[in-house]
Amino acid sequence: MSVPRYWREIPSRYRLIGSKCVNCGKTYFPPRRVCRECGSVNLEEVKLSEQGRIITWATVYDPPRGFEKYVPYIVAIVELDDGTRIMTQITDCEPDEIQIGTRVYAVFRKIREEGESGIIYYGYKFKPLK
Amino acid sequence: MTKEAGIIGYGAYIPIYRIKACEIGKIWGNYNGHVPIMEKAVAGIDEDLVTISVEAAKYAIRRAKIDPKEIGAVYIGTESKPYAVKPSGTIVAEAIGATPLVVTADFEFACKAGTEAFQACIDHVLSGRIKYAMAIGADTAQGRPGDQLEYTAASGGAAFIFTKRSNKTLAYCEGAVSFVTDTPDFWRRAHEHYPMHAERFTGEPAYFYHIINSVKTLMENMGLKPSDFKYAVFHQPNTKFPVKVAKKLGFTMDQIKPGLLSPYIGNCYAGSSLVGFAATLDVANPGDRILLASYGSGAGSDAFSFVVQDIILEKRNPIPSVRDMIGVRKYIDYSTYVKFRGKIRA
Ligand SMILES: [Zn+2]
Repeated sequence: MSVPRYWREIPSRYRLIGSKCVNCGKTYFPPRRVCRECGSVNLEEVKLSEQGRIITWATVYDPPRGFEKYVPYIVAIVELDDGTRIMTQITDCEPDEIQIGTRVYAVFRKIREEGESGIIYYGYKFKPLK
Repeated sequence: MTKEAGIIGYGAYIPIYRIKACEIGKIWGNYNGHVPIMEKAVAGIDEDLVTISVEAAKYAIRRAKIDPKEIGAVYIGTESKPYAVKPSGTIVAEAIGATPLVVTADFEFACKAGTEAFQACIDHVLSGRIKYAMAIGADTAQGRPGDQLEYTAASGGAAFIFTKRSNKTLAYCEGAVSFVTDTPDFWRRAHEHYPMHAERFTGEPAYFYHIINSVKTLMENMGLKPSDFKYAVFHQPNTKFPVKVAKKLGFTMDQIKPGLLSPYIGNCYAGSSLVGFAATLDVANPGDRILLASYGSGAGSDAFSFVVQDIILEKRNPIPSVRDMIGVRKYIDYSTYVKFRGKIRA
């Protein structure tokens, strides 16, 4: 991912800003310009819920570039309390600590770094509610 | 017009991971049963100064019940900035939704950088130029492997939102003093990963001299004595120093106990006294007077007197207390610690 693209996506990555179809109410993350349900282009920014539950998850051992030092890590699809589904890492957590339905909440973490000299990419991850 | 600044919200953050001091001692063969703390908090592999600050700041905003857009200043006191050039404050301000009409800066003064940010925020809100000003003290402190500091150098931080004193503030500041001299007790040169310290200076002429003078001056200025305070919080480089400085100044164990966290989390540098202050606010009652005294190598101490207000009782649930956060923990061994803290360098 390029630095300019990271920068453009900061509001959604930092603060869970998604989009909501004004016509049918469907919410999206990452934000979309066109509603997949009704085809409307009338979508507005919306702050998504910071809590939800795990729908499905997997442990990553063979990561894409930039994620090597975080291995093994958990990637999950979380359904937020407002119904939005979001792909996210689960942090501070081992695979044996979660199952489908585990309640999680959003935290702000380092996602990836470009070596010792490049930019640090920050954003949301989720963590089990204790 | 009110002449006092108050705190409308505060939040602390302690990472979930702990390493026991005896686990560190075992590796270096110098464990003789005498370690300066029991265990310390370690930032996870995806945590740093910025992420710790954001988590503390989010709790502070929830307690304050304010719109983050109204926060006009975000100051971070730290010595563990992830970037040498690029402010940490901009990332934190963006993550909490305070941008773009906000002033941000990173403050440096070793372990008292957080209380320096307090001073700036207090003056900002009293001048009337800024409605809400946030001061954060946080660090992901590192000790050279095998050094004494490795037992205590820990991660954590706390955020405080200042505004003019009103019935919405949970405590107000009734006085502050800074006491500073040039003392070479501890330093880190640019481009070095780990700090150096001069043993001859670390105790009496540094920590004790500066804290005793800042606190005595504050009490003299205000006509207060130790028994006028319900609680006192001192900077905590280990367990022994804050207990000893309290005793020298005439404070009791009961007064410092709620804020004495170094045995369980270690020394989170600029976060140390501020996390202790947050833990003290967690248990304080309206009318209680709290002394806060930081210490930063180099060297100096900031002392403050705060008086707790009625609304504090409504500011507690459902936000976890500092003690709750300390209680949720996972122990790691030395090899995991080395991986998390990036101590292997090619
Ligand atoms: Zn639609």
